[in-house]
Amino acid sequence: MAIVSQNGAGPAISAEHLVRRFGKVTAVNDVSFRVEKGEIFGFLGPNGSGKTTVIKLLTGLLPLSGGDAHVEGLDVRADSEAIRERIGYMSQNFSLYDDLTVTENLQFYGRIYSLEPARLKRRIDEIVQLNGLEPYLTRLAAQLSGGWKQRLALGCAMLHEPKLLFLDEPTAGIDPVARRQLWDLLFELSAHGITFFVTTHYMDEAERCNHVAYIYFGKIIADGTPSSLRELPEVQPHGTLRVEITTPEVTRALRFARQIPGIRSATIFGQSIHALIDDTFDLHDLRERLLKEGIAVAEIRPLAASLEDVFVELTNKHQGLLEAARA
Amino acid sequence: MRNIFRGFGAVFYKEVLHVRRDFTTLFFSLIIPLLQMVLLGFGIDTNIRQINTVVFNADGRRESRELLDRLKNSDTFRIIRYVENDRDLNDAIIAGRAHVGIKIPVDYSDRLLHQMSAQVLVLIDGSDSSVAGQAVNVTTSIGLDESLRRVLASRSTFAVDMRPMLLFNPDSRSPNFFLPGLTAILLLNVTTFLTAFSIVREKERGTLEQLFVTPVRPMGLLLGKLLPYLGIGFVELTAIVTFMRFVFKVPIHGSVLLLGLLSLPYLFVSLSLGILISSKANTHAQAMQLAFLTILPSVFFSGYIFPRETMPPFFHALSYLVPAAYFINITRGIILRGAGVAHLWTDGLALFAMGTFLLIMAARRFQKKVIMA
Repeated sequence: MAIVSQNGAGPAISAEHLVRRFGKVTAVNDVSFRVEKGEIFGFLGPNGSGKTTVIKLLTGLLPLSGGDAHVEGLDVRADSEAIRERIGYMSQNFSLYDDLTVTENLQFYGRIYSLEPARLKRRIDEIVQLNGLEPYLTRLAAQLSGGWKQRLALGCAMLHEPKLLFLDEPTAGIDPVARRQLWDLLFELSAHGITFFVTTHYMDEAERCNHVAYIYFGKIIADGTPSSLRELPEVQPHGTLRVEITTPEVTRALRFARQIPGIRSATIFGQSIHALIDDTFDLHDLRERLLKEGIAVAEIRPLAASLEDVFVELTNKHQGLLEAARA
Repeated sequence: MRNIFRGFGAVFYKEVLHVRRDFTTLFFSLIIPLLQMVLLGFGIDTNIRQINTVVFNADGRRESRELLDRLKNSDTFRIIRYVENDRDLNDAIIAGRAHVGIKIPVDYSDRLLHQMSAQVLVLIDGSDSSVAGQAVNVTTSIGLDESLRRVLASRSTFAVDMRPMLLFNPDSRSPNFFLPGLTAILLLNVTTFLTAFSIVREKERGTLEQLFVTPVRPMGLLLGKLLPYLGIGFVELTAIVTFMRFVFKVPIHGSVLLLGLLSLPYLFVSLSLGILISSKANTHAQAMQLAFLTILPSVFFSGYIFPRETMPPFFHALSYLVPAAYFINITRGIILRGAGVAHLWTDGLALFAMGTFLLIMAARRFQKKVIMA
């Protein structure tokens, strides 16, 4: 086992060719990635694509069928117990005890990690302050709203001062204000050197990560910083341009735009259409043709690819490959 | 560092909080066994008395009436009807109105007077074996007794005089026999069920998975879950024994302290069984079904109702695997027979061994879900 000193260099997580099979189904198929210390690593993918399974493999909840993984320099196969001392984990459903109060939940998790009474008290005070839990200390967890439950769960997961936290869809089902506050908190903690492994469905959250990976049907199809992903040739092929067409008649415009040669793809985004077009295409000409169809166009302007564009392009490409493989 | 009981204290304390918070569940789980005990203790009489009986007395003279009086006085039979023909006699039994039909033939008195053998037909409904057995015994012995008295009219004593004496429960009081056994069954309610539910609840909530990502070890978790319920089981036992002694007036011949002490391994087994169930069941409904699966064997193979000795060899052997069998021997031993440690320590040891085995099995099952270094 390769033990790298806990505070030394080395990545927080290194996963090499992870495989996990459930019977005949391969849920995680040759997945490799590295998460550096202090990063906020966003792990994205559709439901059922293997996100939670990867977390379970890395935290020792599920044994690997193949590959190697090191967490905080420790081998997942050999040292899962030592790993559990060093990591924190917050599951999708916040895993709190509804019939215990906020303080009791915190005390319970602190004791599980065998914190000394004095340190436990100090850590609870710190967590309560950090998460703004003071007004709710004697309230039962069942009576908290989603956002407060999530803060409490996060508090419970970090009582023992882990260097690495796994957050499985931490913002699912909570309101936008709480969501924003959680991310502010993550940035603050990350500045203190804590590494976060976060799964999410929200693209705006993905944009905030230092590093994102996208898993699709058990395979990683994108891995890098958000800006490097936007420049991938699959996303922004040579000789193409991404434009935003703002129009009050998005559906008609979309139907029409898809018939125009030179427009490679088009998708609706609210009151506008995002289209990938040949860079030889004249934007003026495009406006004229839409107007001739009776479609009012407010604006056409060049646009940088969003992460959502990235994932849509990559998913389409892989879907094509999967179908080609089947045929 | 490698403490296999890691997390025990934390889980124990948390479990006590759960129990205190959910006082209603605790209250019901403690009070319902007592209610059942009151129902069964007052309602069930294991002694068979006053069996409904129909009589076709074709003779009708003094000798035949004397015989019927003796049957009535045995307290075993209650003559509910006199019929006038064989058909009505049969019908009464088939319809279930009576379990016994007695036919005294027309020449009964005549044959007795001429020193000849007189026959009496006794029809017995065999559909309830304990009733049938009692009816056979009592009618046969009354018949024998009647014959001997006639034959021995000249001599004053029987050649062989059997004097059966019931030890420990001289009045054959039902509660004395019934309640010590029932104790074992009632305790299952607050042990197997409560522990199974307490772990399955954590599975349903997802907190168990959370615990597996912490350094808590399976043994620490399971013992932390088990001990609070051991306390509850003990409180329940105390309540049951108090009820038995003061409401049902069952005398306790042995040491109450020993009873308390030997109940601990029994509680331990049933709690471990609950934990093993929860390692298999993922929902409340599944846990419920599995827990019920343990109840019937505890009722029928423990000697609580039917003696274990009369079982076919295979099932007799099987009954050694039923924890309630040992505990019923302990309760009846201490309460009725005044048995002491010397008589019962093997039962206690067997229970403790079973409990340890089950708990280790459960811990291994939980351990499998978490790969261990």
